[in-house]
Order: sequence, then C-alpha cells, then structure tokens
Amino acid sequence: MEESTPVDNQLTQRASQPPTQEAAACQNTSCRPILRLEGVWVWFGRRVVLRDIWLDIAPRESVAIIGESGCGKTVLLKTMIGLIRPNRGQVLFDGINLGEVGEAELARLRTRLGFVFQQAALFDSMTVGENVAFPLRQHTSKSEEEIRQIALARLAEVGLPPRVAEQYPAQLSGGMRKRVGIARALALGPEVMLYDEPTTGLDPIMSDVINELIMATRRHHPVTTVVVTHDMRTAKKVADRIVMLYPVDRLRADERQIIYDGPAVAIDQATDPRVIQFIRGEAGERLLEVQQNVNNP
Amino acid sequence: MESPEILSDTQKKFRLPLVAGFLHVLEQLGGQVLYGLEQLGHVTLFAASTFAWLFRRWPAKGTIWPTFYQVGVRSVPVVALTGTFVGMVLAVQSYTQFHRVGMETWLGAVINMAVIRELGPVLAAVMLAGRVGSAMAAELGTMRVTEQIDALTAMGTNPIHYLVVPRFLACLLMIPALSVVADFMGVLGGYFYSVWILGIDPHHYVQNSADYIKAFDVLAGVAKTFFFGAAIALIACYQGFHCAPGAEGVGRAATAAFVVAFVVILMLDLALGIIIEKIYLSIWPEGPKLL
Repeated sequence: MEESTPVDNQLTQRASQPPTQEAAACQNTSCRPILRLEGVWVWFGRRVVLRDIWLDIAPRESVAIIGESGCGKTVLLKTMIGLIRPNRGQVLFDGINLGEVGEAELARLRTRLGFVFQQAALFDSMTVGENVAFPLRQHTSKSEEEIRQIALARLAEVGLPPRVAEQYPAQLSGGMRKRVGIARALALGPEVMLYDEPTTGLDPIMSDVINELIMATRRHHPVTTVVVTHDMRTAKKVADRIVMLYPVDRLRADERQIIYDGPAVAIDQATDPRVIQFIRGEAGERLLEVQQNVNNP
Repeated sequence: MESPEILSDTQKKFRLPLVAGFLHVLEQLGGQVLYGLEQLGHVTLFAASTFAWLFRRWPAKGTIWPTFYQVGVRSVPVVALTGTFVGMVLAVQSYTQFHRVGMETWLGAVINMAVIRELGPVLAAVMLAGRVGSAMAAELGTMRVTEQIDALTAMGTNPIHYLVVPRFLACLLMIPALSVVADFMGVLGGYFYSVWILGIDPHHYVQNSADYIKAFDVLAGVAKTFFFGAAIALIACYQGFHCAPGAEGVGRAATAAFVVAFVVILMLDLALGIIIEKIYLSIWPEGPKLL
C-alpha cells in the first residue's frame, strides 16, 4: 500500500470551501474581481506552500500581501500571473481561468499584467532603453521612434533621465534597477501591477521613493496593485487592504492560511497575536526555536 | 500444513540484513531508473516544444543573427585550428606504417577519409559542445537564476521561442558549416605535413585521395553534424533552463551541458555511422577499396 504524504493528509483533512469573509471581499465594490483565487493549493514535493487560498481582488484596489519569509507570498504572486500553476484550485483573471486557456491566450492575458521582480530581473545583455522597449517590440507594431518615445516617457515617470537608457543594468544601483523594472512593467499600460518585494535591499530613503512611485503609478494609471512585502511601512503606505499569510507548517489543520484580510488602516487593531507579533516585529517563540536549534544542532 | 522455517541466530543475523541490503540496492536502482526516465521525458517534451515553436513562428532577425554570429563566426578560428592539427597528427602517426610497405602516396586517402568521415565532424562538434554548449547553458542558467526567464514569460513572451529556437537554429545550421571548415583545414594540414615535411609526391597524394574519396563521404560526414548540432543545442538549452539555484547550479549546468553533449555525440556518431555504412553498401555493394 502506498504511504500517504503530508500533502495527501492535508488534502483529505480540508474540504475546499470559500471562507465567507474572503469570498465577500468584492461585494462592497459591487464588481467582478479582476483577480480571483479559488481554493488554490501549491506544493513542491512534500512541502505545501499554499493551502486552500481564496482571494478576490477588485479592479483598482491596492492590496499588500504580507507575511514572514517562506510563508508563500512570492509563490502566491507568481501563481496569480500563471508563472506557477496551482496543483489544485484555479486562478481567474478578469473571469478567465488561467489553467484552461491555451499558451497563446495566456501570453496575451499576461500583457495586461505588469510584474516587477524582487531583483528587477532586467535583461543584462540589453541596455536599459532596450529593456523598457522589449514588451513594446514584442507585442505592438509601433515604429522604432514611437517605441523610443514611450520608453523614455516610462523612464521619466520613474524619475530616470534619458541618458540612463543607454546604460546597461550592471551599471545601475539597486534602486535604479528597481525603477527600471517598474518602467518596463508599465510599458504596455497594464491593468494590474504586481510587485514582488519592491523595497527589499534598499535604504529607507530609496524604499520611500519606490513607495511613492507605486502610489504615483496608481494615480496616473487605472491599475490594480498587488504588493508582496514584509515591510510594514510599505504595506501601510501603498495598500488599501492588507492580506497576511502564515506558513502552512505552523498552522493547525483546520486553520486558514490567510490570517488577516482587512483594511490597511485597521491592521493595528488586529487581535490575532500572530498578526500583532508580525506588525511589531517581535521574534517571540521563533527566538526560542533558534536557541533550541543552537543548543541541539 | 508446512512447518515454519526455523532460523538459527547466526542465520537471522546475516540473512535479514542481506535481504534488507538487497532490497535497499534494488530500491536505489529503481529510483535511479525512474529518475532517468523522468529526465528523458522532460528532455523529450522540451525538444517537442522547441520543434513546435520552430514551425509555428520564425524568430525575429534581431535575435537570430547575433546567435548565428556567436555560434558560427566566432567558432571558426578554434575549429580551423583543431582541423589543421588533426590532419597533421594523422600524417605523423600513419607515415611510418605506410612508408614501411611503400604506400606513402596513399597517405592522403587515409588521412582525408578519416578527417572527412569521422574526425572533422566529431571534433568540430566536440569543440562546439565545449565552446558554445557550455556558454549557452551558463547564460541561460544565469537567466533562470536571476528570474530573467520568468520575466520573459511574465511579459507574454515564450522563452522557448525567444531563447531556444534561435540557438537551436544556429547550432543546427552553423555546425555543419563549421564541420566543412574543419574538414578543409584537416585536408590542408595533412597535405602540408605529408608533402612539405615528409616529402611525399604531391601529384600521387592528391590523385589517390581523389580516387578514394567520393562525394558521398563528404555528404555523410556533413549530414551527421546536423544531428550533432541539434543535440548540442537541445542539451545545452535544457541544462540552462533547468539550472539549480545559485552559482553552483550554473556551474553544474555548464559542466553537464558539455559532458552530456559529448557522450551523446559519440553515441550518435556510432548509430549514424552504422546507418550510413548500410546506405553506402546498398549503393556500392563491393565497398571501398584502397587498392
């Protein structure tokens, strides 16, 4: 007889049903969600990273996904754009199930989303200008002059002068690379902007510059914003709503992985001790675990 | 009813660990076989996807020409040098034996046949597996590790179409061309050493070569390189795309790209050699004759 895996155990223990609070997230905006996750599970080998995630994101909403390192924030973001396919459940973008569309249709849908990677993921063989122009060259029939003008305009939007367009990513600072990443993601005028840890590795001033750019992008473009971060300053500043994930291996079998889903302004009034601990940045029992591991290597 | 087998303490002591050990080895072996089959499946799907994109949409000129230049033009010096030295080394190694039986004028036929049918194509392919294959795996591996391949996907561009197809085409079409360069330089190298250093009569050297080597031999040698080129590109791109995280992962991908391609080139050479020989014998049943 086959041995049941931790994944099998968790699947049998949980009947996938939408939690009332999360499923109702879009009701107050009286609209169809632009992004909807229905009972999404993702596991790698025997390790469950996302467990039965139900999440609705309304058009033009700004959502911050927070949580400690390794809780599955980036996996959740990549699942939203189809970079990671859920093992179970479905992701709907504008009502279209990403798991059911063909490769060409999925590629077309992705042009409506802009993704800013943690380390910017700029093409190091291309100049900054070529990086920003890349999606325009791939998906539009605009002339080279038009593409050049759009690329420079996007760079100006993120506060970078035209001379930067001729430089290579390796010649830029971390903050400049992130700004180029934002400019590239904005190139095609996406409906949804997804940011993966946009302020990680930056000094507090540059972090605030990036936060302001995210907010400015929302002001100038009609975009839905999803920001994955563990920086509470960023979450509170750029988001209307905060969703907090908790690592699956620390949850009880009957618990939801989303332990907070509510307005950004109300997170300080959260009663869940795990949310409070995260907001305050307290190590708590983690410190005891580290000490135990040090004492019993 | 059968009586249960009674084992002495000594028997139990040795027999049970033996069975457990045997089962463990069997399990490990099974695991390795399954892993190998899984990898083969992944490579096959990767190759199928590459072929599908190759016929679905031709890559843009901006992506194809730089790759052709990298693979083709920049490999000419190393391939030419390899070919020249192979031709000369063959002359050095064969001369004594041929001279002993007074057949040194036939040296050209043997050197050129070896270069054109086997050594030119195989050595050109091996050199390119090292120079181009490893570089491709390292480049794509770095792109994988730094999320550049994910960025392509996120922007609605298929990475197989954008990154793999141009490299595949470059290897498929440039490696045969480079093999011709290696053949030509090998023939020249052999001629130079035989005629200028060893003093063999140039007229008979050339005449005997021309009599012995047919257009079929040249075509057979070049035909093999299409397979070598396709294998080098697919193996290198697969290793790069499935690179493990970190600098170590990129290093491993580059090494694996060369080692796997090298082994596959030799295996393909054997298989294609057998097939080509059968075709040759079906056309000329008497087979090649030196005299």
